[in-house]
Amino acid sequence: MGLPSGITLLYLLAAVLFIVGLHQLSSPRHARSGNLVAAAGAVIAFITTLFVLHHSALNLILMALAILIGIPIGAVAARAVKMTAMPQMVASFNGVGGGAAALVAIVEFLGRPAGTTSLVVSISVVFAVVIGATSFAGSGIAYAKLQEMMRGTPITYPGQQPVNAAVGAAILLLGVLVVVAGIGVLGLWLLLLLALVLGVAFVLPIGGADMPVVISLLNAFTGLAVAGDGFVLGNPVLIVGGTLVGASGTFLTMMMSEAMGRSIANLLFGAFGKIQVGPETAASGPRNVRSGSAEDIGTLLAYSQRVVIVPGYGLAVAQAQHAARDLAEALEKRGVAVEYAIHPVAGRMPGHMNVLLAEANVPYEQLKDMDEINDSFKSTDVALVVGANDVVNPAAHNSPGSPIYGMPILNADQARNIVFMKRSMRPGFAGIDNELMYDPKTIMFFGDAKDSLTKLVAAVKAA
Amino acid sequence: MNAQLVNEITIFVLSVFLGFEVISKVPTILHTPLMSGSNAIHGVILVGAMVIMARADGPLQLAVGFVAVVLATVNMVGGYVVTDRMLEMFKSRNRKQPGRP
Repeated sequence: MGLPSGITLLYLLAAVLFIVGLHQLSSPRHARSGNLVAAAGAVIAFITTLFVLHHSALNLILMALAILIGIPIGAVAARAVKMTAMPQMVASFNGVGGGAAALVAIVEFLGRPAGTTSLVVSISVVFAVVIGATSFAGSGIAYAKLQEMMRGTPITYPGQQPVNAAVGAAILLLGVLVVVAGIGVLGLWLLLLLALVLGVAFVLPIGGADMPVVISLLNAFTGLAVAGDGFVLGNPVLIVGGTLVGASGTFLTMMMSEAMGRSIANLLFGAFGKIQVGPETAASGPRNVRSGSAEDIGTLLAYSQRVVIVPGYGLAVAQAQHAARDLAEALEKRGVAVEYAIHPVAGRMPGHMNVLLAEANVPYEQLKDMDEINDSFKSTDVALVVGANDVVNPAAHNSPGSPIYGMPILNADQARNIVFMKRSMRPGFAGIDNELMYDPKTIMFFGDAKDSLTKLVAAVKAA
Repeated sequence: MNAQLVNEITIFVLSVFLGFEVISKVPTILHTPLMSGSNAIHGVILVGAMVIMARADGPLQLAVGFVAVVLATVNMVGGYVVTDRMLEMFKSRNRKQPGRP
């Protein structure tokens, strides 16, 4: 059942556009056109496919209906989502892709007379179903954690490891049975169910702060499931498209976890085997923190030489990018040098914070990478931490027992003064206490990031 | 092993190497858009969903195929649109900063 050569060549063109697009996506100057090039590849693949479809009026009408339902859902969701919620949006798009890949394999298997599938096709079917469904369920949990529909901290329980191992073993056994013993359709549905369980079990013990890496990994999974479908259907564009994402996604996952200073294994399985314990500092009871008024802090800022703003997810949630820029401009008018220190994983994803600040037209030169700025905190009068937490937590340097130990952080603790803006004393996304809040050099300023920054702008102007 | 399978395996293996090579040295700020863009690329599963739905036989296959086409369409359309929105931000910044300060 080879494809006509014209069709194959058009699929080749689509595959080339995917490759070129992906390549351009990795350079800042061409990224946007890269995405459009890849989209053009998708359109060509779509149109080409219309010519190879078996003609059955009912099926085609229903298919058109399904596409017409899918387009507005995807487009509206992607248009309406707030920039802060991008990570969970990507997670859900990835999840539905994985789900689709699993279902495609199932339908194809259902449609073939028993005993007529070759070994390679059976293996590919099992692979696509398992990986696709795992990605679907795992993305769902990642979405729920990021959307704060469930607890972001790692969820562990006694016996978690044996349970997960048992699910994994059952999938393997069932997969082999489907392939060699031809237990067929029922086995495949059961496999789908078990893979969904595996996806959930896999993501539950991973903390919310590590979700971006998990989404990236699941993205690679979906790619591989799509490639598996390519083998099932004998379709080259699925093989190339899926494999490209599988391989580049794996590479990207490694780069991301490197940016967080963690190994993938530690990040994925770090929480296994230990039951959640409270932070070590919890035992010492309530501790003193110093908090200040807007006027105090405004005066401190206005008479500084150099201020470094450390933005975090809280800033994004409060939509405070513009207020932060207003404050920076007010300070610059008084001759204060202002820079932004951007942690590689500030926000909820690598690069997330750059996007948010660019949206507020913060000049590019003021955004400094961690490596660029870390040495200059010593000569900084005020480090203004806005809605960030884990990325300035000195525990990453000082307490080997901490879950974030070893993660590169911004050395805000070396500044002469630290102003810590926060909604409450609640711990950050990683769920651990931050020593910096108790530092004698630190002044806490409680409140919504946007309100607080607006107050500071007024205080600076009045000072 | 038939010729078609050999071809497919060839394509697969070459694509693995290509996938690793094609995105080397990505700056951190592009990690998120790149993930989102590659997420859109695997939306090509729509092609597979269309093929199986067109030849689906009976209500069960048709129903499952229908769901697969909807999901795949959401992945493809949403993926490209959301990536474009992310990258829009980069463009506006570059336009504002044409020269060196």
